[in-house]
Amino acid sequence: MAVKQQRQKMRRPCIDPGDGVLQGLAILSALGLLLLVFLIGLQIWRAAGPSLTRFGWSFIFSRTWDPVAGVFGALPYIYGTLITTLLGLILAAPLSLGAAIFLAELAPRPLRTVLGFLVDMLAAIPSIVYGLWGNFVLAPWLLRFLEPWLGQHFGWLPLFQGPMYGTGILAAAIILAIMISPLVTAISREVLALVPTGQREALQALGATPWEVVRVAVLPSARTGIIGAFTLGLGKALGETMAVTLVIGNRPEISWSLFAPAHTMTSVIINEFAEAITSLHVAALIHIALLLFLVTLLVNILARLLIYRMERGGKDGMMHEL
Amino acid sequence: MVTLCILATGILLAVLGLVVGYIAIQGLPGLSWSFFTGTPRPIGEAGGGMAHAIAGSFILIGLACLVGIPWGVLTGIFLAEMKRWRRLGTLVRFTADVLSGMPSITAGIFIYTSVVISMQTFSALAGGLALGIVMIPLVARNTEEILRLVPASMREAALALGLPYWRVVVSIVLPTAARGIGIGMTMALAGIAGDPVPLFFTALNNNYWSLDLRQPIASLPMEIFRYTAAPFAEWHTLAWAGALVLIAISFTPMLLVRIFLPGYRIRR
Repeated sequence: MAVKQQRQKMRRPCIDPGDGVLQGLAILSALGLLLLVFLIGLQIWRAAGPSLTRFGWSFIFSRTWDPVAGVFGALPYIYGTLITTLLGLILAAPLSLGAAIFLAELAPRPLRTVLGFLVDMLAAIPSIVYGLWGNFVLAPWLLRFLEPWLGQHFGWLPLFQGPMYGTGILAAAIILAIMISPLVTAISREVLALVPTGQREALQALGATPWEVVRVAVLPSARTGIIGAFTLGLGKALGETMAVTLVIGNRPEISWSLFAPAHTMTSVIINEFAEAITSLHVAALIHIALLLFLVTLLVNILARLLIYRMERGGKDGMMHEL
Repeated sequence: MVTLCILATGILLAVLGLVVGYIAIQGLPGLSWSFFTGTPRPIGEAGGGMAHAIAGSFILIGLACLVGIPWGVLTGIFLAEMKRWRRLGTLVRFTADVLSGMPSITAGIFIYTSVVISMQTFSALAGGLALGIVMIPLVARNTEEILRLVPASMREAALALGLPYWRVVVSIVLPTAARGIGIGMTMALAGIAGDPVPLFFTALNNNYWSLDLRQPIASLPMEIFRYTAAPFAEWHTLAWAGALVLIAISFTPMLLVRIFLPGYRIRR
């Protein structure tokens, strides 16, 4: 008892009631944030209830989406989201990694600031603007030039067969790549900057070329953080809604062809939510949102853990250097 | 390999040039006086404007600020100043970072299930709430980062003069960091100003001039989506012009950071 009282005395004495008010408000906001995430999950889960009990796990594996008959399966949408995200990441990977290495390691200093700022601007453009551009500029260009060219030269692959529309999986993947590249570039750049200078200087002293320095001294130490940056990009691509809705073509098909229109988890919710009449239809759409919520939650947790680890590792590295 | 890295950077910047350039060329002719003051005309008639959507966007953003700014700034104060709660701080910081990466569609559906259904109507109020939720983590993390830049000696000097701690935070730390916090807010604002996704489930849209908070309301991003998806050339002109306005809105805070806080690392 006495010890407890003493400890309470040793804490900062709360003379002014204002201290308590400020502290109370701040703690309330912070706890509110935790509660908010929990509530978002809970509400979406409850609203998805009718569909959850009716279809259960088969919702994920079924291809039937029939609002009239009241039968719902989300497989085509899950497929659409996965394939566009995967392709988008594949397209974005070399672009963002190359740009990040150039901006963090190779470019002359004044150029770094300017180009880095331009890449940041690319990240700030709203997704609806990309959607508009993709719909009116990118998709027609694909239809007229890229898709015929791909069909002519790589037509023996099932990926590049079938009728061309312009809008479709390929267009969505390209738009996603354009949208996540600046984000991944910016974060990878920050991660690369965390690698201690001593590591570079050691290799430079051995007479390594700039690229050898990057390959041997920088990239291996930054691996965790770069994977984190890509995971963050993955999360963004999975949940990207507006731009994809405008260029994906909105047809629930599972097709080998990248030219084919498809539907993603986000685009089907946007397209059908306003027209859903039966409560089961609404619940099924929210069921899709629940899946999306859970997956992006996991992906984001993983991404942040990787980046945190890199940041802490970077600081420890500095300590060693000192 | 060095050449490939330069090439990658070049491609990214070329895309930026293509997107911004194309929208500037297509959008500029549409940016007339009537774009900002007119309301939609019947289909097929040229002209008309986005006044209703611009007003709606202002109202939605205002409502979002009422939710997002106090909540976000207080959370930021908690993260930066309340050293006694470090454990909880780590968890809250992590949650904020995770939340900022979540798709905004979840915020929209959350407000739909909790507000729209009980109010039995889509409304500006619900839209503002949903956008406010999207704002919170960004405002909180930027506020925290800026508050950490305020030197400890300033706090100590004020405390030594006998000021209570809350006065130190309110009258010394916050004003010192005001510029940075303000820019952090504009960044969060630019983020929500161009995002129609949460609005699909909350504020919906409105063809007419309306300032009623309990009714559906129009907004720039929603109108751009509707006009883009529609097959009318007059509407496309409006969509391009609207996109140009959105780009201007989203570039402003970036320029502010460059000019007023050179070297500051933007939280994302």
